[in-house]
Amino acid sequence: METISKIRAYIIDNFLFGEAGDLKNEDSLLDEGIVDSTGILELVAFLEEQFEIRIEDEEMIPENLDSIDHISEFVKRKSC
Amino acid sequence: MCGIAGVLNYTEDPEKLISAMIAAIQYRGPDEAGIFVDPSIALGHCRLSIVGLDDGSQPISNEDGTLWVVYNGEVFNYPELKADLQKKGHLFATHTDTEVLVHLYEEYGKEFLSLLNGQFAFAIWDTVRKELFLARDRVGIRPLFYYQSAQKLIFASEIKAIFTDPSVPREIDPQALQQIFTYWTTLTPRTTFKNIFELPPGHFQIVKNGKIIEQSPFWSIPCYSDENCFSGTLDEAVEETRTLLNDAIRIRLRADVPVGAYLSGGLDSSIITSLISRNFNNKLRTFSIGFQEADFDETPYQRSLVDYLGTDHTELLISNQDIKDNLPRVIWHSEKPLLRTAPVPMFLLAKLVRDNNFKVVLTGEGADEVFGGYDIFKEAKIRHFWNKFPESTSRPRLLEKLHPYIFKDPARSRMILQKFYGVSNADLNDPCFSHKIRWDNTRKNMMFFSDDVMSELSGYSPEGELQKRFPAHFSSRDALAKAQFLEMDIFMSNYLLSSQGDRVAMGNSVELRVPFLDYRVLDFAMKLPSKWKIRGLNEKYILKKAFADIMPEQIINRQKQPYRAPIRELFFSGKSDYTEELLSRNYLKKTGYFNTVKTCNLIDKYNKTDRVIASETQNMAIIGVLTTQILHHQFVENFSRQPSNPISLTKRIFK
Repeated sequence: METISKIRAYIIDNFLFGEAGDLKNEDSLLDEGIVDSTGILELVAFLEEQFEIRIEDEEMIPENLDSIDHISEFVKRKSC
Repeated sequence: MCGIAGVLNYTEDPEKLISAMIAAIQYRGPDEAGIFVDPSIALGHCRLSIVGLDDGSQPISNEDGTLWVVYNGEVFNYPELKADLQKKGHLFATHTDTEVLVHLYEEYGKEFLSLLNGQFAFAIWDTVRKELFLARDRVGIRPLFYYQSAQKLIFASEIKAIFTDPSVPREIDPQALQQIFTYWTTLTPRTTFKNIFELPPGHFQIVKNGKIIEQSPFWSIPCYSDENCFSGTLDEAVEETRTLLNDAIRIRLRADVPVGAYLSGGLDSSIITSLISRNFNNKLRTFSIGFQEADFDETPYQRSLVDYLGTDHTELLISNQDIKDNLPRVIWHSEKPLLRTAPVPMFLLAKLVRDNNFKVVLTGEGADEVFGGYDIFKEAKIRHFWNKFPESTSRPRLLEKLHPYIFKDPARSRMILQKFYGVSNADLNDPCFSHKIRWDNTRKNMMFFSDDVMSELSGYSPEGELQKRFPAHFSSRDALAKAQFLEMDIFMSNYLLSSQGDRVAMGNSVELRVPFLDYRVLDFAMKLPSKWKIRGLNEKYILKKAFADIMPEQIINRQKQPYRAPIRELFFSGKSDYTEELLSRNYLKKTGYFNTVKTCNLIDKYNKTDRVIASETQNMAIIGVLTTQILHHQFVENFSRQPSNPISLTKRIFK
């Protein structure tokens, strides 16, 4: 599975519990209320384990983590 | 303290029905029981004897037997009211505060409610006018529910008593579920059950010919404009706070049985116990709970105060298993779904009190609402402050101090959380600014509702019901005053004083008394400028200033510690028990409130030990789903009209 599909599948499974509804890859996860303030830590733990990356404190910014598209680009940058 | 019930224009055998109603809530008053039946009405009462031990059997009447009362509660200023009535020629047959009510009603009509300082719910049957008069204390410390169908009106201290009438339908209201999965509780007069209403706090209701002809407030939460606020100095306000609270405690120690106190280790109960010990009773009995989970345990603070005051103290250590085992009983008493398990420890604390042969305790409840103690107030203050200089990087960091539980690793989640708590100008103009994040977060869990529930909710929004509650000029009040109003109006009576207060205490036949909610204290506090309640980010500043010299410094300077249960460890320990059946796919399908796919996925997530769980919102979802399922199981599916212990009547009056 490619990176973006894995991330999307995780978001749907972990935060939407199986029903994607009309979730688009560019939607803001925070603004749409899909990820709550404490749930973000679950997302980071998943990314670190799944993609074998280490996310630094200064990388934990909305620009990297606030949509499936952004997360995917961020993970790709980190992985290469 | 007691339980009351009544049926106006009954259609069944009145003695049988009213006895069953009282039997259903017998724990509220295990000492005596009495009924009154005339051709129009049946009244019932079960008594926890506290005042006038030998002559307080209810129902009680006036001199000529034209007014009959059943009453749950205490009017703490009854000696003064009684003396005044005696001067006016009223004759008293008992030593109770109950009897004062019928004479006050005779003397002043409904206007007498403003004279009462106490916590009460009662019904007066006027046999001459054929009118039923129901009333409930200002902030809703004591419960009162009713159901109406055709000419019949049924009322009781608890909903389960109303359900003993087989003609009353027992159905969970989806709109109530939406309210609970938003505001953490229902908005009065709505309850969890369709067609069952509660008399709102501070209201009275008159019923005549089977119709509610009036339901009106006799008091409402004060919301003072600047020009009506306290105009004295801080020192004068401190002095007045001391005087009022001391008097609120003094009259709340009135009882013909010994009175104890809860001790949480926090500021509020420490103030209450310190004032009692110093001024009224140097042999005070105190009670507290400690937690197996060190993160939530406050035992060291409790012990330091006990050593300082020399109270006769009893403590109980509570385990996760205790919380799990007692949750169903707590739901039976609270009669509504919960999003947190905090009422369970309070249930066990009340049991500890009762096991030690006490039936009355004073507690610190209400201080956070009245004097500005909650983090949600400070959160709103910081977000306002930040909004004045949105580019600031230091201002939002103040939030980290506030939520150490969420910001365990502040550097790590800082930027994300700042986006989360960020403020727009539209947010600031929202009258519910302080609570919006909490409500929006909670509301997300409506995603677990089933399609059926969602289609029943189509077109429904609780916003209208919410906005109707705002007093005149609400939007022009300052931020703290607005937040205090929302907290008191929505959450205090219906959760803090109910699910976590009266219901779990009375479940163990224990009466709570709350001096911080004496209406004189509350009214004074609402007149104080916000800067004296929260100074900088120092909450309850005026209380600390007023009482710092009578308690250990570490209590004054400690960080506030909200209780949160470790949900996964509580409910998903791998051992099988009641949760397994109630959260099974089959039972979820059977009750029909929740989407089985999503809910089962949520439960799976908690069951899999390798999954990371951090979301507070999802913790609330799990507890909300489980307690709704328990509620359905107990009240809709398996409700038994046969009381486990039949009542033995000590007073029977037939007219």
